[in-house]
Amino acid sequence: MSFTGVMRPGHAAIRVLDMEESLNYYTERLGLIKTDEDEQGRVYLKAWDELDCFSIVLREADSPGIDYTGYKTYSRADMDNLVGKLEDYGLDIEWIADGELNNCGERARFEAPSGHLFELYAEKKQIGDGLGRLNPNPWPEGLRGMQVYRFDHVLLYGPDSAETTKIFTDVLGFDLTEKVLNPEGDMTAAFVSCSNKAHDLAILEYPEPNKLHHVSFMLMTWEEVLRAADIMGMHEIPIDIGPTRHGITRGRTIYFFDPSGNRNEVFCGDYTWYPDREPITWTADELGKAIFYHDRKLNENFLTVVT
Amino acid sequence: MDLNKFIIVIEDTGEEFACSPQRNVLKAMEQLGRKGIPVGCRGGGCGICRVQVLGDGPYRTGKMSREQVPVKDEEQGICLACKLFPEGDLRLKVLGKWQKIFI
Repeated sequence: MSFTGVMRPGHAAIRVLDMEESLNYYTERLGLIKTDEDEQGRVYLKAWDELDCFSIVLREADSPGIDYTGYKTYSRADMDNLVGKLEDYGLDIEWIADGELNNCGERARFEAPSGHLFELYAEKKQIGDGLGRLNPNPWPEGLRGMQVYRFDHVLLYGPDSAETTKIFTDVLGFDLTEKVLNPEGDMTAAFVSCSNKAHDLAILEYPEPNKLHHVSFMLMTWEEVLRAADIMGMHEIPIDIGPTRHGITRGRTIYFFDPSGNRNEVFCGDYTWYPDREPITWTADELGKAIFYHDRKLNENFLTVVT
Repeated sequence: MDLNKFIIVIEDTGEEFACSPQRNVLKAMEQLGRKGIPVGCRGGGCGICRVQVLGDGPYRTGKMSREQVPVKDEEQGICLACKLFPEGDLRLKVLGKWQKIFI
């Protein structure tokens, strides 16, 4: 078993302006499954192919955006080891009690220089995908909307992105897979992976702290991305850009907005990352191609609209 | 002209288009291929389409990010065009703009 430490992005807590409208969007359009809600009115959702009981938590608030992102470690020992390293690095850890999120164990939270809150946790109740682990069928019947397979990653905007990236690479053991340089040659965007994926988190330099660029969900094929775009057409879901191809991560993608203006992505087809690969570098003069490979033009909306 | 539609005038550019009370001003502008108000998330979240309604309106608004439209701004007729529904002819001043980033 070579997969230890941080395993994956396990949850994102998203603020929405209207719970009823948002829940309808996240279940009927995106295809997440509601699994729980709590006394605070927070709603818990999972994608069908995830085994843990939630990956998205919605909270009604007067401004949209992201409250925090949680990463699941392989074991409690791995979590404690990494928390020790974060403290040695000089970060303050806030412990969030077991059960503060329903069916989730204790969480260790820290604030990054970008202003974002990140958490590590080791335990979350598994409720499965409805198919079982013994001679299962490949997919469950009765899925809705875009039928996303799983929550994949977030792209966050904030200041001190290089320092924030360093916490993930130097302390938490993520690999830098791709980076974008500005004309002066400084890194202004970083893509990092704790797994075999091209990215488990992306961070971009931005003057305002704690901003959300997008929450991404995985599909398996280009045909499924086109079908997702059809659903956006049917239900007048605002599209930001796509379907198109990214140079960065190679993803085939479409970006759109939830009813509160939080950007979402569904995508397929990045590459398989291995830790013996050299990171990919994108220079400022080729940024159009890096972001939108087909028309090779930067898009002001995509770059600057955040919640 | 359609009596169920109101005339929206963007002061900054003189752009003029019709909008029904059931349609938000930003969508009406986009669907007619008009320009003038920057288009962002279209969900009341990002604040790119901030406008000020000049004069008294009348209009109503949907839910908008409080971070983007604080109460004191709202009292001065400031709102997000994607959540602005006309109930009469409106004159608008564009306030929103894209933030310059690293490139």
